[in-house]
Amino acid sequence: MKKPNYSLALASAMALMANMAVAEVTLSISSDGNEQTTLALEALTAAYTAANPDVTFELETRPGGADGDNLVKTRLATGEMTDIFQYNSGSLFQALKPEVNLADLSDIQAGVIESFQPVVTSPDGVIRGVPFGAAMGGGIYYNIPIYEELGLSVPKTWADFMANNAAIAAAGKVAVIQTYGDTWSSQLFVLADYFNVQAANPTFAADYTNNAAKYASTPAAMRGFEYLQDVFAAGNLLNEDFAAAKFDDGVRMVATGEGAHYPMLTFALGNIQQNFAANVEDVGFFAQPGATAETNGLTVWMPSGLYVSQSSENADAAKAFLAFVASVEGCEIMIASAGATGPYLIKDCALPADVPRSVADMLPYFQTGATAPALEFLSPIKGPSLEQFTVEVGSGIRSAADAAALYDQDVEKQAQQLGLPNW
Amino acid sequence: MAHGRPSPYPYWFVAPAAVIFLTLFMMPTGASFWFALTRWDLYTADFIGLDNFRQFFKEPQLLNGLVNTVIYAVLTSVSKSVIGLLLAVLLTSGLYAQGFLRTVVFFPVLVSTIGIGLTFFQLMHPTKGAINLALEAIGLSKVGWLTTPWLALYSVALIDLWKGVGLATLIYIAGLASISPDYYEAARIDGATRVQQFWRITVPLVRPATVTVVTLSLIGGLRSFDIIWATTRGGPGFSSDVLASVIYKQYQAGFYGLSTAGNVILFLLIAAIVLPLTAWMNRREVDL
Repeated sequence: MKKPNYSLALASAMALMANMAVAEVTLSISSDGNEQTTLALEALTAAYTAANPDVTFELETRPGGADGDNLVKTRLATGEMTDIFQYNSGSLFQALKPEVNLADLSDIQAGVIESFQPVVTSPDGVIRGVPFGAAMGGGIYYNIPIYEELGLSVPKTWADFMANNAAIAAAGKVAVIQTYGDTWSSQLFVLADYFNVQAANPTFAADYTNNAAKYASTPAAMRGFEYLQDVFAAGNLLNEDFAAAKFDDGVRMVATGEGAHYPMLTFALGNIQQNFAANVEDVGFFAQPGATAETNGLTVWMPSGLYVSQSSENADAAKAFLAFVASVEGCEIMIASAGATGPYLIKDCALPADVPRSVADMLPYFQTGATAPALEFLSPIKGPSLEQFTVEVGSGIRSAADAAALYDQDVEKQAQQLGLPNW
Repeated sequence: MAHGRPSPYPYWFVAPAAVIFLTLFMMPTGASFWFALTRWDLYTADFIGLDNFRQFFKEPQLLNGLVNTVIYAVLTSVSKSVIGLLLAVLLTSGLYAQGFLRTVVFFPVLVSTIGIGLTFFQLMHPTKGAINLALEAIGLSKVGWLTTPWLALYSVALIDLWKGVGLATLIYIAGLASISPDYYEAARIDGATRVQQFWRITVPLVRPATVTVVTLSLIGGLRSFDIIWATTRGGPGFSSDVLASVIYKQYQAGFYGLSTAGNVILFLLIAAIVLPLTAWMNRREVDL
């Protein structure tokens, strides 16, 4: 280069001065790789940067499931966590040692519905998260065209459900879709049965945490494992590739009518909307039926939370952003970007009138109060091997009774690791 | 080397290597023996004696991992040495396109294990996999390669064999090259058949290569993780879990002490199997 480039030098000098005038901050955010999560975060951060040009964001994703848990724990322990991260609430949140690792967010809770706060509160009583996304139901997606073709109605008891399954199988269709290739998806019959467990044993969660109640010795709690066993033992209900199919296969099958029922959390609607937009209205949803029609209700999963790591150097900027996420404005951006998959945990944040069919099926449970939180939001204990046991029972490798007994042992390790009393 | 001959180098020459070895290898190894005796959450470690080890041998799914590890290691090690030797004999016999075929046999060694795992996961898919579609086309029934509990571990061992046999073959080819052709010539003059030559000359004289192949593949098999994780994740259920995948799962769950205890068990298991084995095989070599 022969002539120095003065304009470039000038531009850098101006940029430097601008830097000095306004403290520019770049906030890093780690989230699970789910498409809906990414869409919502992109929309929220873009809106926030538009209003606050000095704050920019770096989004990164991590693997889901246990691999992601591992990454989060290790990064927190080594002080390498992003400023903000998205992660489960409830028992998985408790396993992060929140009182050490996460910043106090109790002063930005004004917009948050109170029922969410306990699931992001550390053992020392400090609220350390804000909700991200919609509450979910755990239950059963069903394909409406199959139901109409065979003249079936939504079951209120497990016996009705199995009768529907028999009719669907007799018509030569796949009655129950299972996707054990993604092992976590095998837990639904057990976890989504918690509404029925607590209806029969109102103190189960507290007793379970205090080492006074066990799955194997509580008939109502055992039933979830027995349901898995029933479906496999019937012999002709499952999709042929249940042992290898993945979550995405399950979503495709229930949306397009390759199968009739898919036990799943309602966040799957996001994937249906994304990949099978034409079939959104073909998919309905009902709570997992239990022993009697009188106690029919929905097991609810709280949404994940957003947290600020204690090691963040930009904690104030991060909190300001989370306050925006936990406001009506933030909530509306999330609904617009990621869809109305269920009720949000933000005050005065209403769902649009024209929600998809499966959401409309879910809302009455909330309106009539026929809901109960899943066990992982009532007790800090969730054994890490549940998904292996449910795969075993659901594939006929182990009996429901044996699996429940082994799961009780698995849970013991978790309770001891958390240092709970009575274990 | 003769005793008493002074080394031409001063001791401080080894200092840099010693510092690296001590801080990066010996200290963590020593620390792991301590943490294996604790309930550890990365912040605090409570001493709980041998409880972690007791847990390992009490929990059926952990113990099952230990048994599977031994089955897997023996199976892959034996099959790699046998097939590796046969391939090496074939590929040194002056075949047409011998160089090309050697490359073909060695190629899977160069491919990423995770890549191989994911590829075979698709090939072995129960309904859509190429293997089952081929079986179906010739009128056989489909096989749940990775989804049948009793079969999954063997399917993974088969993939491991496919990937690892190239290295064993390479070592054997080098071993065969070091056998003097004079032995074969003498045997031919005495009227020995090809089979006799193989058993009486090739197998005994290729022993150093066998020791290397068996030791390497046994250690590799005992601590095998990536190929299992990429194909079955230890499943279905726990049926193809090995020690390394069990250790990883305990680590994921946040049971750092228990996971470290698993590592200590793996360390002791490898030492207990490999040290006597190599000592025995090396002694036999001297006897020859």
